[in-house]
Amino acid sequence: MMRSARSSDPNLVRMGFMPLTDCAPVVAASLLGFAEAEGLRVNLTKEASWATLRDRIAVRHLDAAHMLAPMPIAACLGLTPLPDRLIVPLMLGFGGNTITVSRALWADLKAAGAPTRLEASGTARALAEVAARRRREGAPKLVFAVVHHHSAHTYQLSYWLAAASILPNVEIDIVAVPPPLMPSALAAGQIDGFCAGEPWGRVASVTGSGRCVTTNIAIWRASPEKVLGVAQDWADADPERHFRLIRAVYKAAVWCDDPANRGELARLLARPEIFDLPAEILEANLDGRIALDNGEEMQVSGFLNFSRSAATFPWKSHAAWFYSQMVRWGETKMSADGYARAQATYRPDVHRAALAPLDVPLPTANAKIEGAITAETAVPSTVGRLFLASDRFFDGGIFDPERIEDYLASQPVKADGPR
Amino acid sequence: MSDRALHILVIDANRIRASIIEEGLKEAGQARVTVIDEAKGLMRRIVELDPDVIVIDLESPNRDALEHMFQVSRAAKRPVAMFVDRTDDASIEAAIDAGVSAYVVDGLKKERIKPILDTAIRRFRAFERLRQELDQARSELSERKRIERAKGILMRTRGLSEESAYALLRSTAMQQNKRIAEIAESLITAARLLGEEEGI
Repeated sequence: MMRSARSSDPNLVRMGFMPLTDCAPVVAASLLGFAEAEGLRVNLTKEASWATLRDRIAVRHLDAAHMLAPMPIAACLGLTPLPDRLIVPLMLGFGGNTITVSRALWADLKAAGAPTRLEASGTARALAEVAARRRREGAPKLVFAVVHHHSAHTYQLSYWLAAASILPNVEIDIVAVPPPLMPSALAAGQIDGFCAGEPWGRVASVTGSGRCVTTNIAIWRASPEKVLGVAQDWADADPERHFRLIRAVYKAAVWCDDPANRGELARLLARPEIFDLPAEILEANLDGRIALDNGEEMQVSGFLNFSRSAATFPWKSHAAWFYSQMVRWGETKMSADGYARAQATYRPDVHRAALAPLDVPLPTANAKIEGAITAETAVPSTVGRLFLASDRFFDGGIFDPERIEDYLASQPVKADGPR
Repeated sequence: MSDRALHILVIDANRIRASIIEEGLKEAGQARVTVIDEAKGLMRRIVELDPDVIVIDLESPNRDALEHMFQVSRAAKRPVAMFVDRTDDASIEAAIDAGVSAYVVDGLKKERIKPILDTAIRRFRAFERLRQELDQARSELSERKRIERAKGILMRTRGLSEESAYALLRSTAMQQNKRIAEIAESLITAARLLGEEEGI
């Protein structure tokens, strides 16, 4: 869409990221030689906000970026200040988010019978009870924060609240706070809770301001979180270069998943120019260790998954689910055109084409019924054998991307129509 | 939307830059300019002030919070679009290059907003130049100090006069195709490693 001074180096990729643990595959691809092995030179920049990252792609100061999964869809639907043509050729993993609340709210939730080991449904029921009591007593509404409006966090948090009949933005206010400021906003009482990627939940626990109450994988077992967003015209200008980038990030994602590499990865992310945090905090995130009360920790299996179970594969049904939630919360009206544009943003075909030389098993389908896999299941794959892990929603919901309207009609709470 | 003066809100944690922008807007004939920094309670203040145009540092981490507020509170407040004209790529790029982002109430006429954005861009650039000049002045000062210190080390350890010490630094720099300050820096580091010079 827009012009920008381009570097004369055809092998240069300018990538941006935000400091969240799941930037790991992008950071590792750039700094540990995976991009270099594909003949690419990466100019990697840390951004101060998702808005700035999005604007820098829009004017093509960046070619690609670590992005929130719904962001490229919102850009393609024209819901962002600068509409854009972005594509998603690769996912940067599942999971990795926590819902963390203040110590004060945690005390209230416990009194209302909240489970202590991160179960999503019991915690939501307790939260509904606390919110209702506050309403009766005329206490101020609870305020929860997300990192950006068009984020998986917004839709996961809203889905979770709505399942307990809490209307987001009406019964509980939702605001946006930059991820690194979440722990201090919680400590200062500006917010009562937040849904954000790690390491910020752990930082809040370690510093004593918060308690993790559930995780995004408890809400949706295979919840897509961040993506590699690529400017469509950059991808089209040199498809082979685009494929090399996808392979570099894919190989980095596989490397990031290997427990043998965790220490090295944690030290890489801990660097001042990435997180500037103690490596132990990042290592705990990568291990899936969540802090509970009194120093007790819980190991959450599959908490953060970069590549296993085809986690890098951009399912069109994930794009469709985000679209369904944008309709549900009144951000856009359901239309055949909007649905088609949302789905066209995620590119499983490009993913398969780019990774073909690696001979790794990838799904042959482009979409699936989300929430239907309850135990590890073999699925048709390009080569070899591929097993997908559970993709269950905590309330047992089933999302058929071909039947969005029926799905929306079945959802217990929705916004009062497009505003 | 009459011809009443537009209310322009400048949000900037950098007070000096904020006042440079404010002054520029006032010189350009904008009477209603409010400047606030990024203290807590920012979102509530914006709702109270109800501006027509918001000018904010592109690098501000608060931009996501701001955009979120526009998204979720459409019912209560007026819709806001970013930048004046989505089709004017050159001015959007100029703004981003200069480090400015601006949010404008939808429906305001382009002719009214464009001069505001242009002024903000010019003022952001002017501030950036000032900052660079200041940085350069500071680094020149510290370079001079380093050269003085290196000269002192040579005078002490090699028994040279001040002039000969400087001449030696200069000729070494020329031979190695480096700046005198860089040679001075290496010498100070070496002297420190050898225990000739206590820490700075």
